Amino acid sequence: MKVAYWPGCVSRGFTPELHGSMAKIAPLLDIELIELDRGSCCGAGVIAEHSQELADTLNARTFALAQQTDGHMMMNICSTCQGAQTECQERLDANAEYRAIVNETLSEDGLTYEKGITNKNLLWLLVEDFGLDELRSRVKRPLTNLRVGPFYGCYIVRPEDRLGIDHVKPRDTYLSLLIEALGGTVIEYAGMHKCCGFPIVTMNKEASLKQAGRHLGDAKDADADCVVTPCPLCHLNLDLQQPGAEKITGRVLDMPVLHLPQLVGLALGLSPKDLGLGRHVVKPTSVIDWSSSVVAGVGAGDRGW
Amino acid sequence: MAEFTLRLRRYDPESGAAPYWDEHTIDLEPHRSVLEGILQAKARFDGSIGIRCSCKAAICGSCGVRINGQPGLACHTHLDHALRGARDGVIEVEPMGNMPVIKDLIVDMDAVHWKKIHRVTPWLINKEPIPEREYVVPRESMVDITQSMACIQCGACVSDCLSMEVDPLFVGPAASAKAYRFVGDPRDAQQFERLQDLAEDPHGIYDCTHCFKCIDACPKGVAPMSQIMRLRRRAGNDHHIKDRNNGERHESAFVTLIKDYGLLHEAELLPRSYGGDSWFGKFHPKAGAELLDSLPAITKAVMRRKVSIKGALLGHKIPKADLNAVQRIYKKIEGRDERLELNLYITGYDEDVDGAETPPATAATGAGQPGAEPGQPGQTPEGSPSR
Repeated sequence: MKVAYWPGCVSRGFTPELHGSMAKIAPLLDIELIELDRGSCCGAGVIAEHSQELADTLNARTFALAQQTDGHMMMNICSTCQGAQTECQERLDANAEYRAIVNETLSEDGLTYEKGITNKNLLWLLVEDFGLDELRSRVKRPLTNLRVGPFYGCYIVRPEDRLGIDHVKPRDTYLSLLIEALGGTVIEYAGMHKCCGFPIVTMNKEASLKQAGRHLGDAKDADADCVVTPCPLCHLNLDLQQPGAEKITGRVLDMPVLHLPQLVGLALGLSPKDLGLGRHVVKPTSVIDWSSSVVAGVGAGDRGW
Repeated sequence: MAEFTLRLRRYDPESGAAPYWDEHTIDLEPHRSVLEGILQAKARFDGSIGIRCSCKAAICGSCGVRINGQPGLACHTHLDHALRGARDGVIEVEPMGNMPVIKDLIVDMDAVHWKKIHRVTPWLINKEPIPEREYVVPRESMVDITQSMACIQCGACVSDCLSMEVDPLFVGPAASAKAYRFVGDPRDAQQFERLQDLAEDPHGIYDCTHCFKCIDACPKGVAPMSQIMRLRRRAGNDHHIKDRNNGERHESAFVTLIKDYGLLHEAELLPRSYGGDSWFGKFHPKAGAELLDSLPAITKAVMRRKVSIKGALLGHKIPKADLNAVQRIYKKIEGRDERLELNLYITGYDEDVDGAETPPATAATGAGQPGAEPGQPGQTPEGSPSR
């Protein structure tokens, strides 16, 4: 499958291991990535807070660049990009006159956005297009005994109408389905669909880190070994800021937070080092018993990462 | 007729006993409401079940509850629909969250919801002198606030606000939507003061985390989060209120950095959010204090090679030609006299000739609004502020 691949900013900035691990798993899943390296930031809701037209036009430009490729669809690896871009797309697709105004701005650059692009997060693509049975058949090292808590990120689960979530496409359950398909044990906990707090970390750090700490604490209380997220911004608050969250919530969390492609990569047989797992603030070695679980074999001889 | 089993959360704080679950099987047609189911259980099996209700037609806002974990009105949820969302074939009904329980499914709206509504001065402050006859205002400006006027004060958005969950002082979604109802009203004399008050409050408009919970919770399509974003646009963009919460600085820095780099330069965003939107922002004492506070996290990130020092200093950019294109877009849009904003609640969706997409319910409600003229972007946006 060929996709116009939008990596987003943070996967190439403060969480480079995300972009890197995506590049590693793509060939194993026969996904050909046509990287949209000319596109600009989705705005993460903040540019739309400033000017909707500006956010819509910048994203329409990225969509137009994707439509110029021969990819089957556009794919992203960031919940926030998914949500922010879908919001812009909803306005662009809803109103022909508005779309014409945006396209007039784009025309100076020789670009046009045509209504109705398909833009999916890796998670949606894996479940809906690649297929879980196909994925299951490619698992080399099932995540046996690994207790994984899903953490979605708000932008990929709400609002349901806009994101096309219903009983036919229960996209708010896909992480559980995926963890199961990879052979892991799903740990459902109170905070899995809640907010990591990242958007207000510069405005109200205490409330922000309380959110992160509380959800990680819930996952810990449910005996998760780690959590997995399709959102690099959630990763920043849950992993990079975890020491701060521990301080504010007054409890030791020590909860590894994996990016979605890293979890997939482990099951596909890639080594933790290749997947950049050593780059996290909370190293997964602290709780994952690599020697007894089937993810193991990795750990025993190769602890040097 | 069909049978449905309801699992009700029971709790009487005065009894001293712990909350418990109570199951009743009721008999009703599938299109009847969860509220009717509860009332049947109350009439047939247990008169002590506590539920507040009045109109049974989704307009009085009395019967807010959580059904299978989701907030909403009991009278506005069909039994068959609720059953689809049930985990184990039983429809679970709980009291709303973020508010204390008075009894069973009845929560104390006064203690939280109404207190916050009162906090935003929920009435019109007239301009002086008050006109002797009708106060004539541009029709578009009233259309702009219809969405927030649709609120029925049920508290469903308050129930599940994720910011309020960790910060009970947050003014919250319902009160913010109410505040926009007056900030957007050209007859109000104190729009600036209202905005300044909400921006400067350490638990005001900048405490919203964009979690979209209130948008999904609202049975009337008010989209409180969208109203909060409108308040921020007016406070930051129109009135340049430099609040103590870094709200305006954060937004301004973000917008500038995308113009300069095309992509987000995280290492610049943080200090600028604290110290001000320029390269020198990082030398501001507030930025320094935050840097010091974050030093352990930064050091660890550098040690783990998550971030390289070079990368942190230089950031990443898109190719020159593309950056020029992005800057052209900025110049054109930022140069407009009026901000263009498309509110789908008001304009609705284009008639879908291909029949590919069905418009969401909230838009369908809005499409029939009086005065709504589909397909006229720019006619219903919030223009420049009146002052």
